[in-house]
Amino acid sequence: MTTFLGMPVHAPRGVGHLRGDEPFPVAARTALANPQLRRNLHHATTTIRDKSGRVIAELPDWQELRAAGSALKAATMARLPELLDQLEEAVTAAGGVVHWAADAREANQIVTDLVRATGQHRVIKVKSMATQEIGLNEALEQAGITPVETDLAELIVQLGDDKPSHILVPAIHRNRAEIREIFLRAMPGVDPSLTDDPPRLAGAARRYLRETFLSTPVAISGANFAVAETGTLAVVESEGNGRMCLTLPQTLITVMGIEKVVPTWQDLEVFLQLLPRASTGERMNPYTSMWTGVTPGDGPQNFHLVLLDNGRTAVLSDEVGRQALHCIRCSACLNVCPVYERTGGHAYGSVYPGPIGAVLSPQLTGVEDNASLPYASSLCGACFDACPVKIDIPSILVHLRNQAPHARTEAAVMGAAAYTMDHPRLYAAAQRAAKLARLPGRRGRGLPPPLSGWAASRDLPEPPKQTFRDWWRGR
Amino acid sequence: MRIALFVTCLADTMFPTAAKATVGLLERLGHEVVFPAEQTCCGQMHINTGYQKDALPLVRRHVRTFEPYDVVVAPSGSCVGSVRHQHAMVARSAGEDGLAARAEAVAARTYELSELLVDVLGIEDVGAYYPHRVTYHPTCHSLRVLRVGDKPLRLLRRVRGLDLVELPGAEQCCGFGGTFAVKNADTSTAMLADKMRNVLGTGADVCTAGDASCLMHIGGGLSRLRTGVRTVHLAEILASTEAEAA
Repeated sequence: MTTFLGMPVHAPRGVGHLRGDEPFPVAARTALANPQLRRNLHHATTTIRDKSGRVIAELPDWQELRAAGSALKAATMARLPELLDQLEEAVTAAGGVVHWAADAREANQIVTDLVRATGQHRVIKVKSMATQEIGLNEALEQAGITPVETDLAELIVQLGDDKPSHILVPAIHRNRAEIREIFLRAMPGVDPSLTDDPPRLAGAARRYLRETFLSTPVAISGANFAVAETGTLAVVESEGNGRMCLTLPQTLITVMGIEKVVPTWQDLEVFLQLLPRASTGERMNPYTSMWTGVTPGDGPQNFHLVLLDNGRTAVLSDEVGRQALHCIRCSACLNVCPVYERTGGHAYGSVYPGPIGAVLSPQLTGVEDNASLPYASSLCGACFDACPVKIDIPSILVHLRNQAPHARTEAAVMGAAAYTMDHPRLYAAAQRAAKLARLPGRRGRGLPPPLSGWAASRDLPEPPKQTFRDWWRGR
Repeated sequence: MRIALFVTCLADTMFPTAAKATVGLLERLGHEVVFPAEQTCCGQMHINTGYQKDALPLVRRHVRTFEPYDVVVAPSGSCVGSVRHQHAMVARSAGEDGLAARAEAVAARTYELSELLVDVLGIEDVGAYYPHRVTYHPTCHSLRVLRVGDKPLRLLRRVRGLDLVELPGAEQCCGFGGTFAVKNADTSTAMLADKMRNVLGTGADVCTAGDASCLMHIGGGLSRLRTGVRTVHLAEILASTEAEAA
């Protein structure tokens, strides 16, 4: 017997970071005017994509790997409930405790209660998109618990009271002078003679973090993968901070989106080849930590896994859009996106920026809460080509635009245009009218909004004296 | 060969020279070109802006108009891309499976100009003459939707008198993206600025491409800044001869 639990719901408002304060075009305008941001982004994205391109070219079977990754994800999504049950069973059997969180609020409450139960007032954190998504740090702070981010870039963002602007490189918008200033202002016990020399900045962070690792018995992480058959969790990272957080503390709490499950251990073979090459341009990931429940006398003795929905089931219910759940958070699509390269991540409002964010955020929140994001793309297709699991982002963007609420005037104009184009005689008349609208020398300047946006930087072509169809008729 | 011209609404209305050049080129190569007058617009603007319901009658019209022809050509990678990758989807979403199947059949016979020349007609040297320094911008939909690859470049390399210079960052979008250029005018302009810098850096007199829409965008910027660099559709270069310059 099954029980109908109602239609899947979206991520709730008022908690977490999936919604921006401004629509994309407005937020983008601010970002575009920031020369430091433009330079950092151009440099970082071109460097990463060149490096990634080189190591991908080394593999003769990259396309086959992509196809395998895509097929594995599709097969996983097709039987997600069963796999999650299997995962829960395996984690429990290995000594872990599994919690189910319907949304950000529930997840934050579960984690806060678990930390409180330890009696601790500080936790160390491994960089995690899921905990950024639900606003866990703010929830913990409200409960009097201090979360310390231990990924270097995430620490820079946290100390700077800032927001991440890239999935993989969250402080991509900062330069070293700014980082020095942030450290001097906000890092406890920092050496006041700190310079902006990168090794010295890294050294300052290392000193601070080592002390914190050694004195904090509770850690919170996300997860890149969870293996249903064994109950094994996996985190991939480059700095070793994750390894510290996952092995030193007494208590480990992992918050994981439900789409991160994979059926078998063997499936990791595909993803651990795809992820580093697409993400950081490395052949092999530097620190790959895997753990299965609790091992007496070795590593954390209390392990909690929080399975997070927060709109994911709603995404899963959309046949076209569900591909967005295949994402392995490599950020290759950000690095090749001509829009992201110029606006950076903050313009997207959500913790998920770039092309994947433009299809994931609106689906998690409901399109009406992120209505400008599906339009934050020229549909150039570079993201689709770069995606290691072949998510057809342009098609999802077009699909979401079709669901987005439209302004009444725009809808009226589009309707009238379609009607005209379905009536060739009207259409020909409209073409001739366009010709009459020639204003010599103006080339589009003085057009009303939204067409003024075009004319602000681009001349319109002069309408020709004769349309093609008129020429053809007179031939 | 009897070839139906899918002129595209933009070339028909704003860039008839590109359409006339397509006709002139194919006739010079010994083919018969027909223009089915019932055609208007493929509906791509509506589809990409989120108005699939409005696009449906345009898809229906396009399919009905071009169904009788064995070979259809358009001087646009983007519009052919829409026919090939979106028409059946729009029909199917509306529950019109019959129309979707017909759309797929039409799409399978529809080619972008460089595809028609190289793949169908098997020709790279079209006998053109164009004594200018030219750089080629591969438009996103030609490149990543149709995968035309280097076909346009192979055609351009055989044009006599033409000095072809490579465009740095060629594969990056110019920022047009249909209504994107209006809805996100600032970001679009930032993308265009980099594209123009690359075009100007080549020292070319002419920037060419297989899409009038992208050329309208790049050309609109080059014209506004009085750069003196022109945009010319690929068809016009290929149609140009010593006897008849474009």
